[in-house]
Amino acid sequence: MSVPISWYLLLAAALFAIGTIGALTRRNGISIFLSIELMLNAANLTLVAYARQMDDRTGQLIVFFVMAVAAAEAAVGLALFIAVFRQRHTIDVNRMNLMRW
Amino acid sequence: METLIFALFAALALGSSIVVVTHKSPIYATLSLVLTLFAVAALFVLLGAPFVGALQILVYAGAIVVLFLFVIMLLNVQKEETAHGSRGPQLWTAIVGAVVFLGMMGLVFWRSGSPAVPPLTAESVSLKALARELFSTYLLPFEIVGLLLLVAVIGATVAARRPDALDRIGEGGEPEYLSGDEPRTDPLKSLPDPHRPSVAEPAYKEATS
Repeated sequence: MSVPISWYLLLAAALFAIGTIGALTRRNGISIFLSIELMLNAANLTLVAYARQMDDRTGQLIVFFVMAVAAAEAAVGLALFIAVFRQRHTIDVNRMNLMRW
Repeated sequence: METLIFALFAALALGSSIVVVTHKSPIYATLSLVLTLFAVAALFVLLGAPFVGALQILVYAGAIVVLFLFVIMLLNVQKEETAHGSRGPQLWTAIVGAVVFLGMMGLVFWRSGSPAVPPLTAESVSLKALARELFSTYLLPFEIVGLLLLVAVIGATVAARRPDALDRIGEGGEPEYLSGDEPRTDPLKSLPDPHRPSVAEPAYKEATS
């Protein structure tokens, strides 16, 4: 008895929704980043689930690229947080309003 | 049996991801993210993608999360400040949006039924076949991703360096970032560092004045 693919897709959708809630409501920059990583991971789960359903390994290769891009994004984003923290002593995104208006 | 393993890791992933977005302390949120990533890696293996599962543990749980932990410790981020503003409306809007999204996805999957899953073959989990496709069909994207990582490393180094690291070498004068109305002390410099001259007595000022 194998698990239907739609269960995996639903789980991925739930993880994505949780990540979205986190990214929209948290104010700490690091927490927002963690939520974005969660959303990326949910998308990866969807890709691998569809790769299994289609019996095609292209999905797994796309996951490989998504992981590389996520690593680059985390490195640059955290460096920016360090730069902002030097100047403002906070990474609360509500107080990073330099470019808001 | 497979259903049992799926249920176990799905519950683990859901529970720890909820902790990721609700915990006040970034350290615990990050450690909880590790748990989520491990659970999703187990699901990858269950889906017949052991290479992606191993990559998930190596790259995500091994490298990215360690980067997060280092930055959190470097910045000494305290718990989220709750002094200003209420986030009630924001929270409820986000939750309603997420529930609507989840309901729509559930409806789509429920209506579309579940087609039979093709059986796993040795060919479909073969690492050799995966590598052959990666280095033939997807060779150009692979190279571009390598370039992207190089650019990211250089960009991160430039963005995170000390702002006065280059000003010291130049003609002197106050570094630009000190002249604004920003706080004048660098929190990362507050730790005593015997190898670096303190900001209070820059050597270059005497040389140029």
